Amino acid sequence: MQHVSPVREPLVTGGKTYHDITQDVCRQVEAKPNIRWMAALAVALFFLGVFLYSVYRTLWYGIGEWGLNKTVGWAWDITNFVWWVGIGHAGTLISAVLLLFRQKWRSSINRAAEAMTIFAVICAAMFPVLHMGRPWQAYWVFPLQNTFGSLWANFNSPLLWDVFAISTYFSVSLVFWYIGLIPDFATIRDRAKGPIAKVAYSMLSMNWKGSAKAWSRYETVSLILAGVSTPLVLSVHTIVSMDFATSVVPGWHTTIFPPYFVAGAIFSGFAMVLTLMLITRVVFKLEDYITLEHIALMNKIMMITGSIVGVAYITEFFIAWYSQVEFEQYAFINRATGPYWWAYASMMTCNVITPQLVWFRKVRYSIPMTFVLSIIVNIGMWFERFVIIVTSLHRDYLPSSWAMFSPSIIDIGIYVGTMGLFFTLFLLFAKFFPVINMAEVKTILKYGVDNGPTYTGQDPHHAPTHHHATPGVPASAPVTYTKHD
Amino acid sequence: MTKRFALGVFDDEDVLLHAIENVRAAGVKIYDVFTPFPIHGIDDALGIERSRLPIAAFFYGLCGLSFALWMQIYMLGFDWPMIIGGKPHISLPAFIPVSFELTVLFTCHGMAITFFIITSMYPKPKVQVMDVRSTDDKFVMAIELKDDTSNLGQLTQLLRDNGASEVNEKEMTKN
Repeated sequence: MQHVSPVREPLVTGGKTYHDITQDVCRQVEAKPNIRWMAALAVALFFLGVFLYSVYRTLWYGIGEWGLNKTVGWAWDITNFVWWVGIGHAGTLISAVLLLFRQKWRSSINRAAEAMTIFAVICAAMFPVLHMGRPWQAYWVFPLQNTFGSLWANFNSPLLWDVFAISTYFSVSLVFWYIGLIPDFATIRDRAKGPIAKVAYSMLSMNWKGSAKAWSRYETVSLILAGVSTPLVLSVHTIVSMDFATSVVPGWHTTIFPPYFVAGAIFSGFAMVLTLMLITRVVFKLEDYITLEHIALMNKIMMITGSIVGVAYITEFFIAWYSQVEFEQYAFINRATGPYWWAYASMMTCNVITPQLVWFRKVRYSIPMTFVLSIIVNIGMWFERFVIIVTSLHRDYLPSSWAMFSPSIIDIGIYVGTMGLFFTLFLLFAKFFPVINMAEVKTILKYGVDNGPTYTGQDPHHAPTHHHATPGVPASAPVTYTKHD
Repeated sequence: MTKRFALGVFDDEDVLLHAIENVRAAGVKIYDVFTPFPIHGIDDALGIERSRLPIAAFFYGLCGLSFALWMQIYMLGFDWPMIIGGKPHISLPAFIPVSFELTVLFTCHGMAITFFIITSMYPKPKVQVMDVRSTDDKFVMAIELKDDTSNLGQLTQLLRDNGASEVNEKEMTKN
């Protein structure tokens, strides 16, 4: 039972009925693909082609095709890996953490955000796998018997922790997302006209009928999956940050990395959710479900996490000075004033200064401003990873090994290509899957609406005087039935 | 085997909840209720027992944790001990991340598989439903009609009195 204060704004606008929700969400699944979608898919497929060509070059000629060198051994690959994984985190935050905190507004954005998580993790996984040089032996990262040619995996290494964290994260997110999709697949199945659609959505809906007991168990499972996903999402980026923090490289060896990385991940993830949602709501005419209120709330989360990241940047700098370690101090001075100063300046501007504009209500509720801000944050967060990885490595303890890094065309091709991969997957999802969780949005339809369950101090379902009934039907009609055997 | 059902179709979940209470109070056994979304309070109204899935989740998690600890301690501590960075062979703090991840992995997949089994969910090319609108905007209460059809009229009246917008009859072939 939930009690909703009457002052709450409705979460779904436009006076929708349950049937309207089904119609609005199923419309694009059932309609023929429109020209804008086809054009977008064509562009995405072109960049997917760029990705495949760059991967082919990397596999055929080796890692020498990339711009990295002996000093800067981790460069664009790991930058892009951390960037993509971070983007993925917002999906789990919306679907799991906000579920536990009973944030009802998450309902209309969680489906697409979770899809974004899964596709972002797929893109992220490409980089460490390709960086192995021999990806066909990628299975060696798993603990395999010594007879396979490698020794047992080293469980003391954060890189191995990463293998477990990312693969667990991917499979758990996929299961969570799929279980959430099942009731909506059943809705599409029961409306489907064509034989292929009927069979396809029947298979996908896993015999779902929406019986009361199944719903009860479904909710229990969702809650438990949310409960385990919440520490999981925190652990994943914590472990990603340990790839750096457990090393002795100046600029990496920092104890604040785990919370700093997690905040950064949520920050960049919300920026990406905003970018995608602002486009999706217009293209699929979902303005009543993804309202300005949603955009403002996401902007606030972006601003808060952006500020946490800003505090982390300053703390790092302060601690470098306070530690009195010469190498640590140099690493930070070099970041801000060395040859890569422009990367540091971009990071500071995009991540710390521009998100503060969200304090203004006008900016928070402005769609063009939000769109521009979300792109700026994504750029800024890419630079953050670049700054941490490349500027820390390029001048380490031994000045004779100092070097610069510049990306090769293949580096750029793979990075831009993963965006093609991401958008290909996202566009296919948006066309064939319900982009909004219909079942869940139906549960919040009456939230904050005048005739909805308002706070009366009593349980609305067991207080017939306060409960609103269908006009003409008495709420608790007298029982006139007598049983005959 | 063919079964016959009376289907009470409702337009609103609050009306449905009261109808469930009244129909049960009248001594009629409800076969099942099909709704487009989860309704809070329907478990109590229908007398569905509390799920034991959380207990299962705990044990799946425990399995994952035990497996992870056994794997790491056996591999690095007994089967092929190696000195890595001067650390002890069995360095439990370093084993925490993998142990945590496998705990989550086992819990999640164990839960999903159990959920599919207990609610008999599996990919099926043709799904029989009582009323296709029950996944859209209607709330459908199914009451099984036993051999004699004499009580259908009164059942219809009972459902209508409790707010059903329509009452239909449906035959389902159990396969």
